[in-house]
Amino acid sequence: MCLAIPGKIIEIAPDNESSALIDVVGVRRRVDLSLLQDDRAVPGDWVLIHVGFAMSKISEADALDQMRTLAMLGESEAAIQEVQGYGLEEAGDKRTP
Amino acid sequence: MKYVDEFRKPELITKAAEEIRRLADSPRHYRLMEVCGGHTHAIYRFGLKDVLPANIELIHGPGCPVCVLPMGRIDDGLSIAAQHGVIFAAFGDMMRVPGTQGSPLEHKARGMDVRIVYSPSDAIKLAKTNPDRHVIFFAIGFETTAPSTALTLLRAKAEGLRNFSVFCNHVTIIPAIRAILDSPDMRLDGFIGPGHVSTVIGCRPYEWIAKNERKPIVVSGFEPLDLLQSIVMILAQLQKGEAKVENQYKRVVPWEGNRAALKAMAEVFELRPYFEWRGLGFISQSALRIRPQYAEYDSEQRFNIPGIRVTDPKAAQCGEVLKGVLKPAQCKLFGRECTPENPVGALMVSSEGSCAAYYNYEHRKASVVTSLGLPA
Repeated sequence: MCLAIPGKIIEIAPDNESSALIDVVGVRRRVDLSLLQDDRAVPGDWVLIHVGFAMSKISEADALDQMRTLAMLGESEAAIQEVQGYGLEEAGDKRTP
Repeated sequence: MKYVDEFRKPELITKAAEEIRRLADSPRHYRLMEVCGGHTHAIYRFGLKDVLPANIELIHGPGCPVCVLPMGRIDDGLSIAAQHGVIFAAFGDMMRVPGTQGSPLEHKARGMDVRIVYSPSDAIKLAKTNPDRHVIFFAIGFETTAPSTALTLLRAKAEGLRNFSVFCNHVTIIPAIRAILDSPDMRLDGFIGPGHVSTVIGCRPYEWIAKNERKPIVVSGFEPLDLLQSIVMILAQLQKGEAKVENQYKRVVPWEGNRAALKAMAEVFELRPYFEWRGLGFISQSALRIRPQYAEYDSEQRFNIPGIRVTDPKAAQCGEVLKGVLKPAQCKLFGRECTPENPVGALMVSSEGSCAAYYNYEHRKASVVTSLGLPA
């Protein structure tokens, strides 16, 4: 909950600019972008996610470092599980092959 | 520190460790508090203590939201969850935290409708797909998660949802630091400031620690290099007799914080006059409650909350450990009655709790840790 999960923005919902499809090591889910009002994110940007909300934009290098940190902390599985859990009814239908 | 070669920039880690040894080369004993539970976890996991000279002591702070929630609030939450027609939605971290009559997970096994959600917005989805039930979101966390709860509540109101409310247990980090500094049995020389909380609140709210308390505080990232660099920055300040707020985690934390997040929190929440913290007791203005204009989304307004107060099991010394007065292994229950598999106290439940971190990395496998090979 307190460690942020890095994800890459794949697309912004055409009907809702606060909703983005993000990719976290192959798992794709929708997250909320409302908290990035001051620093709008676009597809291709990397963000740090807490409980389904993107909290800050970061560089790709920092995103990869954060993923490594999670792995070293033994938290990457929990992080993936968290991301997979986002969006109850969408679970299972937005995985990359 | 076994895995130093796997870390990013190992040569910089070695350099930072040497710099720490140089700066701390004095008869002085340094007591530095890492406020955030994520830092506690990282410090144990990476074996950073083995890199630090013996006269630098890291004290684990109160920044684990699961750990500081008193058992009575869990009982309160479970008592409303037990009411007819309620779905109780909570983060996975909460599921194994013991209440007086067992954890939420144990209540679920006995038939209570408890659901794990990974985002507060999923609690809204539960409410929409279960229109004949009332969904309560058990909100916990510091400023890292509070903005998400606020936005979720605003959305529920905008959509006119009638069967959703929030049992708000959000706490704020600054009053907890103040309470620790006011505690007569606590002497600290500086702080490793929380990383992700600061993404929201920025660095300004820490300025009183530097100005009034004359203690350095350095907001830090979570990698081994981040933490060591932060310690270098604190020691450098102490050596020069300075006390200021510095930001080591600039790549993520803006000095001013996240305005949108602060705005959402201010719209939905107000400060409670006081709130009970496990181990720290009642701290004034240390927690958030939902403003009266959103009362219909406040579980505490909609349901009768018993206001249960429970003292922790007598033998468990969570309070002393939380305040940093005792080390985890000094608690009488540590590693015997209280283990991560079978936790008695909350500090053993969360991976960010100092007891679980200590148990997993120091107690269970002392062999994991080998030194960097630095001169002793």
